[in-house]
Amino acid sequence: MKELDINELERRFQEKIDKDIKIEPNDWMPDNYRQTLIRQISQHAHSEIVGMLPEGNWITRAPNLRRKAVLLAKVQDEAGHGLYLYSATETLGADREDTIDDLHSGKAKYSSIFNYPTLSWADMGAIGWLVDGAAIMNQVPLCRCSYGPYARAMVRVCKEESFHQRQGYEIMTTLANGTPEQKAMAQDALNRFWWPALMMFGPSDKDSKHTAQSMAWKIKRQTNDELRQQMVDITVPQAELIGLTVPDPDLKWNEERGHYDFGEINWDEFWNVVKGNGPCNKERVEARRKAKENGAWVREAANAYAAKQKMKKAS
Amino acid sequence: MSNKEWPLWEVFIRSKQGLNHKHVGSLRAADAEMAVSNARDVYTRRSEGVSIWVVESSHVHASHPTDADALFEPAHSKVYRHPTFYDVPEGIEHM
Repeated sequence: MKELDINELERRFQEKIDKDIKIEPNDWMPDNYRQTLIRQISQHAHSEIVGMLPEGNWITRAPNLRRKAVLLAKVQDEAGHGLYLYSATETLGADREDTIDDLHSGKAKYSSIFNYPTLSWADMGAIGWLVDGAAIMNQVPLCRCSYGPYARAMVRVCKEESFHQRQGYEIMTTLANGTPEQKAMAQDALNRFWWPALMMFGPSDKDSKHTAQSMAWKIKRQTNDELRQQMVDITVPQAELIGLTVPDPDLKWNEERGHYDFGEINWDEFWNVVKGNGPCNKERVEARRKAKENGAWVREAANAYAAKQKMKKAS
Repeated sequence: MSNKEWPLWEVFIRSKQGLNHKHVGSLRAADAEMAVSNARDVYTRRSEGVSIWVVESSHVHASHPTDADALFEPAHSKVYRHPTFYDVPEGIEHM
């Protein structure tokens, strides 16, 4: 086969994307496409893994056995989602250990939402309802992402995640229908998680440097602001239904647009947390680093055991 | 050597008796036994399977995407391999 020049390869690649033909691991792809995916998928994987920490905080203090079993199952799912995603980054030639080390050194980011503390049991409700809700909204369009392994991982994740949101809303509903103190707990959790949940969709479209290229490559199917608007429109009636108030004085239904108008996000807070200065950034990364260091002997022992079994079989 | 990364394994799941095993993804494990046990945790938490195969990824040999035309193009022109290619008289049954 004659060598194709890079422009021709890129033209054919974009043609496939435009025809909605999926890109698979061994297919030719522009280096930037590969790097963008490695960055996005590994950050997504880190978010799943770091996301286990704020909820893990409440497993031993769940109010009853049903809630505890559910929370355990949810946190286990997040671990599974992290693993699907790390596997997807490996299909792009990224080394798994390197990507994890990038998280620990602070080079790689993860979703800023997990840098907020979980102060009460109601936060388990707010996280399931709002944080998983926002994650689903982000992930549903990713099921149609142009990169096959990422799209397939997202299909599994979305299937599993729908229970996460419902269990969170159930916790909020129960608290909202409980004693005045319980209702106040639910309202307080909503107050603290509402804005960080809206920040999960990333910077505003006018400040998002990756959006245009990612849309052209069909890695991304909807812009940050479109998804954020969807989140507000869907969530406000859910809050009203259980008698909770969304903490936004500017929130108002706009008949003409057919959408809610809502207040300006505190972008200073957003960038500050992204840069590592949120309430729990240091604690989260430290917990991950410790987990890797403290688990080193287990990984070594497993390797030694595997080598020994292999030798036994051979002899 | 003891610090080396665990090898990568491809996971195949039979979703129910009577169906073939299907590729579902990959994972890392020190040996085959651990790969099966991890596959159970990662890929069958919601009764997705009744049987698991794991194969070390380095043992999988694949066709190359750039050979796709040479390998698969010839089949496109051989429509006579399909029953719809043939003209049969109106009203014929059981064929």
